[in-house]
Amino acid sequence: MNSVPDIFRILPEVILTLTGVFVMLLDASMKPASFRRPLGWVAAIGALAALYASLWQLSLPMGTGFYGTVETSSFTVFFHVLICGIVLVSLLLSLDTLPEDSHHQGEFYALIAFGAVGMCLLTGAVELLLVFVALEISSIATYVLAGYRKDTPRGPEAAIKYFLLGSFATAFLLYGIAMVFGATGTTQIYEIAHLIPTAPNHGLVLAALGLMLVGILFKVSAAPFHVWTPDVYEGAPTPVVALMSTAPKAAAFALLLRVIYEIFPSLHAVWSPLLWVVAVLSMTVGNLAALRQKNIKRMLAYSSIAHAGYLLAAFAGLGTSGIAAASFYIAAYAAMNVGIFAVITVVSGYDEKLPLIEDFRGLLYRAPLLGGMLIFFLTSLIGIPFTGGFFGKFYAFSAAVDGGAIALAIIGLLNSGIAAAYYLRLVLVTAQKPANEEGAEVGAPQVGVVAGAAMMLAVVATLVLGIVPSEILPAAEAGAHTLQAPPAENALPAPFAESAIKP
Amino acid sequence: MNTLNESILTLILLFPLAGALLVALVPDRAKLPNWIALLTTLISFGLTLHLPAHFIAGQGGFQFEINRPWVTNPAIYYHVGVDSLSLWLVVLVGLLAPIGIVASWNAVKERRKVFYSLFLVQQTAMVGVFISLDLMVYYGFWELSLVPMAILIAMYGRKDGTKAALKFFLFTFIPSAPLLVAILWLYARTGSFDFATLQILIHHGLFPAGALFWVALAFLFAFAVKVPVFPLHGWVADTFSEAPVALAMVVAGKLGLYSMLRFHIGLFPEQARAAAPTLIVLAVIGILYGACMALVQRDFWRLLAFAALSHLSLITLGIYGFTDLGTTGAIYQILNHGVVDGAIFLLLGVMESRYGTSEIDRFGGVASKLPRAATIFVIATLAMIGLPMLNNFVGEFLILSSTFGAVSQNLAIAATLGVILGAAYMLWLVQRLFYGPQSKLTESRPAADLHFGELLALWPLTVLMLVMGLAPSLWLGTIEQGVRTPQAAQTDLQHLIYATPNATYGEAQR
Repeated sequence: MNSVPDIFRILPEVILTLTGVFVMLLDASMKPASFRRPLGWVAAIGALAALYASLWQLSLPMGTGFYGTVETSSFTVFFHVLICGIVLVSLLLSLDTLPEDSHHQGEFYALIAFGAVGMCLLTGAVELLLVFVALEISSIATYVLAGYRKDTPRGPEAAIKYFLLGSFATAFLLYGIAMVFGATGTTQIYEIAHLIPTAPNHGLVLAALGLMLVGILFKVSAAPFHVWTPDVYEGAPTPVVALMSTAPKAAAFALLLRVIYEIFPSLHAVWSPLLWVVAVLSMTVGNLAALRQKNIKRMLAYSSIAHAGYLLAAFAGLGTSGIAAASFYIAAYAAMNVGIFAVITVVSGYDEKLPLIEDFRGLLYRAPLLGGMLIFFLTSLIGIPFTGGFFGKFYAFSAAVDGGAIALAIIGLLNSGIAAAYYLRLVLVTAQKPANEEGAEVGAPQVGVVAGAAMMLAVVATLVLGIVPSEILPAAEAGAHTLQAPPAENALPAPFAESAIKP
Repeated sequence: MNTLNESILTLILLFPLAGALLVALVPDRAKLPNWIALLTTLISFGLTLHLPAHFIAGQGGFQFEINRPWVTNPAIYYHVGVDSLSLWLVVLVGLLAPIGIVASWNAVKERRKVFYSLFLVQQTAMVGVFISLDLMVYYGFWELSLVPMAILIAMYGRKDGTKAALKFFLFTFIPSAPLLVAILWLYARTGSFDFATLQILIHHGLFPAGALFWVALAFLFAFAVKVPVFPLHGWVADTFSEAPVALAMVVAGKLGLYSMLRFHIGLFPEQARAAAPTLIVLAVIGILYGACMALVQRDFWRLLAFAALSHLSLITLGIYGFTDLGTTGAIYQILNHGVVDGAIFLLLGVMESRYGTSEIDRFGGVASKLPRAATIFVIATLAMIGLPMLNNFVGEFLILSSTFGAVSQNLAIAATLGVILGAAYMLWLVQRLFYGPQSKLTESRPAADLHFGELLALWPLTVLMLVMGLAPSLWLGTIEQGVRTPQAAQTDLQHLIYATPNATYGEAQR
């Protein structure tokens, strides 16, 4: 019955890998002094092709390939499209903002492509070992990208911090996987799901759940596993932050959804209170810390921690509605966050001469278009209606209310009141006239056509999510359904299934 | 004509938004943004006049209704319509907009594009609040109305715009959190955000009373901050003294009071009745407190803010007296307040732009320099303090007499005392600003009297004060019929049938 060639199941990943390799080879064959921007275009075209390939995968029957390790379904396509879209926007953004003379540009684009391979694979993997491999592929690329600015002390610091803490967290995940294997004798997610309710050693299962949660919650920077976020965001180049604050998080949330709803649905009573606490902690810690920040990237880092908290609130929802709400929130969060980091990249420049909130004073006067976009993305982050941020929060909290977690919804909404204070402060600073003539000295930042197009993509995505959410939500819901109803065992090649159960 | 009736509300809603986009796109040259904004607001005012012209009085329920699905999950409908409560408010918003533009014609010198486009977005948000009959759409416009206002306060604030803007925003935004949870809770129980559907379902006791108490409280709290009701008025003084004149006069008061009438009393009549005694006492305290505070202010914007607290509390008193007469008076008074305060705001804006200060003590004897301004200011003041034959008298009389008759004589006497204090601080203000010996500032600084544009903005308001005072029946007729009908509409069988599928859908969903 499995007539779909395996290669089609990982077509986007294959395209991205080829793109990355191609970019790397081209880079090596170019003269050191030559112009490397075309490499970025190659990577962008690769990302676009991968995006179309994922959409094309919708026409495949839902199922798994490569001996039941990779799945294509509405769920994976949703996240593939999202990740490829983010990668595309970040690439366009980097094209205009990376310094021309940097001869590492080729590596930069290749690493983004390789990172995207890992993230895409992470959302499609239904075999825990492949999950681990995918996570490593995506993480290692992001570790390197975080330290891309070798000339500043902050760059390597960010990379090392991220690498050390990140590998620590990955180790937790790996321990969790080992324990799941110990409890059930398999690493194939659907088989585990079958075996978990009857697993003889309940303690082992609980430990596995806990360890895996720690590993994943680190990746999504939920409190109390969030301490790396502000430092890394501050040190990494801003176009990279635009990418790493959204795409790997989207992938990690996809994994979290899979782990929670496919492997451990029977342990609802255990993970539900845990995630409740983590959600409340994340939003509260994130928002309170963000209130005190002076550096804009640190502020947005804490804000992203808070958003992880809002997102986790959706997990209090019942099954499908919760998954759909979380998926939608990720999309909305990605659109507005990529957008705001794009604006910041253009305003502060690659060398970040203007990192403070105060430096944005009067932006609306100096550069009306950029100022307007910054204000737009901030209103979306606040959650004002008719923007993606509003419906994201709306679905997340209504899922929570539906699931009976009214207290969580109220805490979340009060938290968005706190959050409004610091977002609004930035809005107001942007709108105010510079107190002295410094504004004139700084001058208006120049927006390139390509970076402008990247920002417009983010604006359009945020508006679409905010005005006609019913165009996007069905996709998220379809994904949720496939996650809720995994393919039956007979989707697996029989010999593999047998051999997996034997030990 | 029929097709226009169907799309008129959408036109009124979206026309200012289109104008805002246009303003944002044209170059900032030769007052081009001003003219586009003025033209936009004038046309949309013309469009709002279509409503009273074709409104069928006595029909009850909503007219010019549009009800189309917008978002399928959750079931949000683009459901708009006006009844006798919102009809005149929409017209009022339409009227005040061009006047606001004229008021800022010379006062706003820089970043005109930002100012006028945000002003027009604000316009759309306000109209949206008044015509939305779907709770989610309503909530959307309610929140949207905060953003332009906050940005403009920060941009054009006089002293500390940022602080005032933050205060204004957070004071409304944070209470909206429980409001949204309450709306979501209603949706989770019924599967509908529709005002009429929810009204009927609540009327027929579909919800546990205990939970409904909290839901109604969340609604009330959000609205009470916006009105404001004493002691939730912390944001008002700063907002009034920092906001650009045009915005303050457009926004003041209406949103909160309308929302109370429509969504608190309209949806939760029983809970509202239970809360009424508390609110009445708070309103009377607000009347007296606002008046006393107004007496001691040194800055005329702050004086006006506390005066507004006092006047809006009087309207709250009328609303929660639960008499037809009082409610009619309250709705009429919302309109009066818009007209009179609009004129006063405009004139004080003129004074401030001519003399560069809002400290009352630095003025004196301005009447001899600006006779036209003085004349209109005196007329507006007389209207404000409730002189018979001018508009406020009608509303205040209806509210106070219904309070005296149906609520409590002592409280009515206390409220009347507040009205008398109102005469004191306003007349004292007139005396200090316009009469007496000329102060150093007035003497030394040459100032032009009202110019043609300003007069053009002020005359309609002045005429309205007189007409609304002499012939209130033009308005009171429709309002009163509207106030009487809701009870009948609730048991309307057709409404019930219309609502039932939704109800069962909601039950099934659970």
